Amino acid sequence: MEKNEYLELFHQMILIRLVEEQATLLYQQGKIGGFLHLYIGQEAVSTGLILSRQPQDRVITAYRDHGVAINCGIPVKMVLAELLGKATGCSEGRGGSMHMADVGKNFWGGHAIVGAHLPIAAGMALGDRYQGKDSVTICMFGDGATNIGYFHEALNLSKVWNLSVLWVCENNLYGMGTSVERASAVSEIRQKAEGYLIPNSRVDGMDVMKVREAAEKAIEAVRTDKSPYFLEVETYRFRGHSMGDPERYRTSEEVKRWQNDEDPLGIYHKYLVDNKISSTEELDGLEKAAEQEVQSGVQFAESSPEPSAEELYKNLYVEIE
Amino acid sequence: MPRITMREAISQALWEEMERDTNVFIMGEEVGVWGGSYAVTKGFYDHFGAERVKDTPISEATIIGAAIGAALTGLRPVAEIMTINFAFSAFEHIVNQAAKLHYMFAGQMVLPMVIRTVSGGGRQLAATHSQTPDVVFAHFPGLKVVAPGTPEDAKGLLKSAIRSDDPILFIESATLYQSRGEVPDTETLIPIGKSKIQRPGKDVTIVCYSKMLETSMKAADQLAQEGIDVEIVDLRTLRPLDMEPVLESFKKTNRAVIVEEGWRSYGVGAEVSTRIYEEAFDYVDAPIQRVAQKEVPLPYNRNLEQLALPQVEDVVKAVKEVV
Repeated sequence: MEKNEYLELFHQMILIRLVEEQATLLYQQGKIGGFLHLYIGQEAVSTGLILSRQPQDRVITAYRDHGVAINCGIPVKMVLAELLGKATGCSEGRGGSMHMADVGKNFWGGHAIVGAHLPIAAGMALGDRYQGKDSVTICMFGDGATNIGYFHEALNLSKVWNLSVLWVCENNLYGMGTSVERASAVSEIRQKAEGYLIPNSRVDGMDVMKVREAAEKAIEAVRTDKSPYFLEVETYRFRGHSMGDPERYRTSEEVKRWQNDEDPLGIYHKYLVDNKISSTEELDGLEKAAEQEVQSGVQFAESSPEPSAEELYKNLYVEIE
Repeated sequence: MPRITMREAISQALWEEMERDTNVFIMGEEVGVWGGSYAVTKGFYDHFGAERVKDTPISEATIIGAAIGAALTGLRPVAEIMTINFAFSAFEHIVNQAAKLHYMFAGQMVLPMVIRTVSGGGRQLAATHSQTPDVVFAHFPGLKVVAPGTPEDAKGLLKSAIRSDDPILFIESATLYQSRGEVPDTETLIPIGKSKIQRPGKDVTIVCYSKMLETSMKAADQLAQEGIDVEIVDLRTLRPLDMEPVLESFKKTNRAVIVEEGWRSYGVGAEVSTRIYEEAFDYVDAPIQRVAQKEVPLPYNRNLEQLALPQVEDVVKAVKEVV
């Protein structure tokens, strides 16, 4: 791995952290409407995963999608503009926090109905197979999604038809406020893949290097074997499920312990310095640059126009009489 | 023009479009080896092969979800849901995914897909297998809902649907597959979203679609013998709804009966009659009548089932109410 690749991982993780902190402020100021699900704590998952893909590989995820959007290459300013519902947002203000996409960057959304995008991921892999492409469809979802029927239908189909899907479960221990133990018959989620004879593994999602290594292997396995693979990534969200979560289901001590001992940014910072890949000064410089990028993104978003009233019926259909 | 069955017309449309465009493929339960549970795709598997005629597990949500995904990659899937009663298991993917993605992502996602399914009662399959919930699906902007009543329309509309870049729910009638009609030998393409006058008349306007076109035609024949000249407007597409021919006809006859196979409440009759009252109130000479299914889950018993379904006599009676 080249030094710039190491630094890019750090850059993207810090960028996500700062965007999410900025989103918190914008939400508190009433500038972001609807639901807001933050990715703070889970940055290493998406970053390690998506930076391991080839350009032809598709990414589709659930509603906690800001980090995924950034990793897929949507500029920070367009992510922030979408949060503010502006015409310059990546979904032109139609989708908001939960529905970001840029199909040109092979990022297929941001899907807010739990588990509903899994069959769609299987279908994209089917389409690529039909057209003789060697793309891998990377489908991310939470632990909660593994309890809904769509999950089981989609996994089954992917195995029956040998579709090139990398199923990635971000197990952050809680589906909203219900712990995995209270909702799932197995708490080691990867075991569910066993029932469909899908090869699987489990990785520490707080260490971006481990995620990256596991992701590279998994993506390669899917591409080579032309069949699905299931990767469970153990992670933790440092903030509530969404804004306004009273967090009665977990103690503040538990959250603090993860924040102190398992912060993916802290772990990776230490890794880079301990292994003399970078220095604190250099990483501080990267953080400052990221801060500036986020600040100019906020300015762009705030000064961008609202969608016009004429846009209301735009894109309802491709073919209008 | 050759007279062929509805089944043959639909089958021809699929066959011709698959021959024309290799991006078109079929997926669904028993569409391949079995030949389709209504025999519409008989012979397709042998001719086009397993890759283009895909037998799926019994996973309705994933049939539609996978069709959406395949459409997003540029293919033109024709996904079959064996009956519309099973479409409830795929409701999320039909109304909350297929109908939403193009709009919600500001046009980035295009879904050139057709969902073929079968609606209607009258075959003694009891309540869970006999419904006509077409309007439920027509409620959602972003989806187009087509429901033809003649072989010619079925062929022409299905071919247009397959070539369309919008997601389309194509509803066939369970009891019309054997009905015959003239279908041109030449390329038949009928635009989606256009109602059609299927029988010209001057005294009363009947508005109907799908199976109820057949029922209304029979009623019109009876009424003609009594000197009542009925004009029949076939909606053919429930969304987008083309009211022009309906209003034009109504302004001539000043009387209307709306006939649908589904339940009366919140139905096609409610929608179409309201639009007539809104847009042609000055032309109303009699309260608009609705003929629809009785508001019960459809019973298995033959007599009770027929009692609940709209019959030719019900249409005749309703027409006599307005003249």
